[in-house]
Amino acid sequence: MLEDPPESQRGPIPQGPSPRGAVRLFGRDWGDLVFRGMLTLGAILVPVLLGFLVWELYLGSRLAIDRFGFRFLTSSNWNPVSGEFGALPLIFGTLLSSMLALLIAVPLSLGVAIFLTEFAPPRIRGPIAFVIELLAAIPSVVYGLWGIFFLIPFLRGTIYPALQGVLGFLPFFQGPIYGYSMLSAAIILAIMVMPYIMSVSREVLLAVPSSQREAALALGATRWEAVVTAVVPYARSGIIGAIILGLGRALGETMAVTMVIGNRHELSASLFAPGYTMAAAIANEFAEAVEDIHLSALAYVALVLFLVTVLVNAGARLLVWRVTRRAAGAAP
Amino acid sequence: MTRRQIRRGMSNVMVAVMGGAVVVAVLPLLLILGTLVIRGASSLNLAFFLETTSAAGTTGGGVAHAIVGTLLMVGAAALMGLPIGIAAGMYAAEYANTRLAVVTRFVADVMNGTPSIVVGVFAWAWLVAPRNQFSAFAGSAALAMLMIPMVMRTTEEMIKLVPTALREAALALGYPRWRTSLTVVVRTMLPGIVTGTLLAVARIAGETAPLLFTALGNQFMNTDLGRPMAALPLTVYVYAIGPYEEWHRLAWATALVLILVVLALSIATRIATRQRFDRRG
Repeated sequence: MLEDPPESQRGPIPQGPSPRGAVRLFGRDWGDLVFRGMLTLGAILVPVLLGFLVWELYLGSRLAIDRFGFRFLTSSNWNPVSGEFGALPLIFGTLLSSMLALLIAVPLSLGVAIFLTEFAPPRIRGPIAFVIELLAAIPSVVYGLWGIFFLIPFLRGTIYPALQGVLGFLPFFQGPIYGYSMLSAAIILAIMVMPYIMSVSREVLLAVPSSQREAALALGATRWEAVVTAVVPYARSGIIGAIILGLGRALGETMAVTMVIGNRHELSASLFAPGYTMAAAIANEFAEAVEDIHLSALAYVALVLFLVTVLVNAGARLLVWRVTRRAAGAAP
Repeated sequence: MTRRQIRRGMSNVMVAVMGGAVVVAVLPLLLILGTLVIRGASSLNLAFFLETTSAAGTTGGGVAHAIVGTLLMVGAAALMGLPIGIAAGMYAAEYANTRLAVVTRFVADVMNGTPSIVVGVFAWAWLVAPRNQFSAFAGSAALAMLMIPMVMRTTEEMIKLVPTALREAALALGYPRWRTSLTVVVRTMLPGIVTGTLLAVARIAGETAPLLFTALGNQFMNTDLGRPMAALPLTVYVYAIGPYEEWHRLAWATALVLILVVLALSIATRIATRQRFDRRG
């Protein structure tokens, strides 16, 4: 964009004082070369570090990969004593807790995002979005602490018994109520991913051209109908991207989940029963594992978790990028 | 009721429902802040900042060892992560259309989405496993790794806010590119870059997962980066799941300190960037 023109097109070399601050030696400005070199080094290091991360994860988990292969992903036997490891309950727990979290967080964050872009008085839009985004800044371990001493006693005492009373005929809401459970983890996760989904969907909705709304309103639609028929469909793939981005966050969330999910290697249909996730298992067992195969199995779990989040995030970025690029292209 | 009235009523109901969603969404923040202040504020005395934890079961004491640990580890992480993150961010903004910039930006997004526990496993495999020694340095390396993409994207976004005219004016005056970049472009956005960077530092200061099996934690004061070291978020975790009432008290106070630092920096970043927008508009 601002490259120097090639040698042949340059005018005569200016005589007199050289440009301010140029470091000239042998007729070249070394300042620019050194500057660009240093920035390039930084930029190259980022992908190199990621490659290194993948390589170290592979090395750490090679023992488990060689011994269990893909059986690791489908077996539910996790026994450090006999050296048998299968990650199915962990994968199941990670997926279930994240999906439940999305089930709670998506309607809520979309409602907020739509309200803030379409209906709220313009003055309060920014401040409210900022306050909700502050939730994303709270450290995970603080959510965990709050979950243990505030949320879980509250849920166990009031919400869960009521839920069981009303929906107890479903297998998901049967059995003893522990408090430390899959559902508690999902609720904490929902609070944690909500700001991400809200913030990205709001960005996407803001990119919808106002002609979309105006056309619907001009045809006699109410404000709500204009949103449903003209605004949301236009932003659909971006909103899906925002949701998947939230999913990526939920899948890898560690501390808060570890502290409230109960940490048990079991497959259970009841949401009131304790569960486990991939991230929680790593957090909980890594420092105490002594056998090489146990450590390696946990590193294998980390590798799987990494690959899943990369896929999920790349997909989400692609969707968000498509909407915002189209909006940028459509702008006059 | 006419069809028209029903439609209008429906619209009003939905707007009210979404307004309600805003209330529900703001509620957790208020609840968390409220609980932290009620249960943590009373423990924030001088002893909390100056003493280490007293023997299990007794009362009193503080988390001085964890404060020192967090400062040392985050400081070391910043020394490693900031130069790389800022350089990469400046590259992505200055040479925005090069292939390297596109690749680096994408990789930074991938790293941003990588669970911090995975980065912890990486640091363990790289720095802890070969020597069979938990160390604060391994924790710092993991934190630096988490910090790089955050710092990079902040720096890039900030530099992109600088109007092209400003850059062109400096170049037209005969400034070479590197001086234009450093003394005009970066200088203009320095408050934003500094606060954004501090926010990234505050975020990693709240990370627990990557320290669990690298820095490990420590009940005692330690300033040697080659050995296990305590940190504030680790202390919250260990004390929260521990059995003693006294530990829970310290956990609440520590969490309050952590959250106050992060929130203060979030608000400062917002103010610093908002002023820029206003002046431009």
